[in-house]
Amino acid sequence: MAEPVKLFGVWASPFSWRVETALKLKGVKYEFIEEDLTNKSDLLVKYNPVHKKIPVLLHKGKPICESLVILEYIDETWKGISILPEDPYERAIARFWAKFIDEKCNHALWTACWSKDNEQEKAIEEACEFLKTLETQLKGNKFFGGETIGFVDIVANFIGFWLGIIQEAVGLELLTVEKFPNLCKWIDNYVNCPVIKANLPPRDELLAYFKARQQPPTGPKY
Amino acid sequence: MADEVILLDFWPSPFGMRVRVALAEKGIEYEYKEENLSDKSPLLLKMNPVKKQIPVLIHNGKPVCESLIIVRYIDEVWKHKSPLLPSDAYQRAHAMFWADYVDKKIYSLARQVWLSSGEEHEAGKNELMGCFKLLEGELGDKTYFGDDTFGIVDVALIPFYSWFYMFEQCGNMSIEAECPKLVAWGKRCMEKESVSKSLPDQHKVYDLLMDLKKKFLAK
Repeated sequence: MAEPVKLFGVWASPFSWRVETALKLKGVKYEFIEEDLTNKSDLLVKYNPVHKKIPVLLHKGKPICESLVILEYIDETWKGISILPEDPYERAIARFWAKFIDEKCNHALWTACWSKDNEQEKAIEEACEFLKTLETQLKGNKFFGGETIGFVDIVANFIGFWLGIIQEAVGLELLTVEKFPNLCKWIDNYVNCPVIKANLPPRDELLAYFKARQQPPTGPKY
Repeated sequence: MADEVILLDFWPSPFGMRVRVALAEKGIEYEYKEENLSDKSPLLLKMNPVKKQIPVLIHNGKPVCESLIIVRYIDEVWKHKSPLLPSDAYQRAHAMFWADYVDKKIYSLARQVWLSSGEEHEAGKNELMGCFKLLEGELGDKTYFGDDTFGIVDVALIPFYSWFYMFEQCGNMSIEAECPKLVAWGKRCMEKESVSKSLPDQHKVYDLLMDLKKKFLAK
């Protein structure tokens, strides 16, 4: 009998969502363990002693941490739909854009949403530059992965779903259809993609979650 | 058909060193092109328009950017010699976790020790030493981070060995006293030709970094 797969995460987190999406794409059954980040469980600290963060995937009793590392592990371990391309060059390109989105874009967007005054002005300018880069990269493709969603699309989930909600919560208009038509079309394709649609957290609950915060929850990685 | 491999690099860059080490491990012949980072070449700007940074590997005309992504690419293309990642998926994930840790933590702290002063400097120095101790714990009594074989975590971290003299001078600290196993690991890696030929001399790095620091502080 297959060993149970467990995922330590937070329902509102885009990071644990990435892992859930990958597991669902592969048809892997798993148990989701909701963490309270203000009171981290002993298990979470045991399985991720270095960062003490979610998500953590537990497979055959062994933990894997860091969402991008987990995604690649899932892709290598379970057959089915490929998350990363087969060709080494295409894989390198996908990894490059995933890293760019994860480290640069998301940080800039997060700061743009939650900062104030001069800091916000600067952050918005930087975020727009990064969005322009992604807009060009999409080149009118349906997804970053081409015709079907792939590694980059999964990693770009913050832009795909969370950003619109946070924009509404804080009253910011950053990603508009006038400025970023390709990205907006991609978002539309993304949220209507069956496996994505079935897996997204409830919009109204997520909106309430972010509206309730005066301060952002401890930065982008939470 | 022979492969054409070009590396756009800057000699004291730890990121560039990672790629040099990986190419040497695989015995790949390539053309090294030194970049002047205050006057970036049209080739660099064309091959890495998004980040405009070295290193960039150009393989048969196609660019690959970001040092660890390049190292993985090299490992996947030239897969028949000196594998840099384990074949087991869990062990691969474990290796990538630590390579990612090095990638996210060490350079920004190194920069703090190199360039900042006062409280920021003290904090950077302490945090850097904390990271080295954690890495030393992960290394344990293994020969390399990859256990018996030199692997991607070793490739990710060893370039910073060439910056140890700078850390010790600027941080007024002894890495050997605090992390003897890590320094021993560094010396073991330097016995490998792929590493010793790819890393510059620590004193040479220190001199250049001090020059750059003067220019940085003058601005």
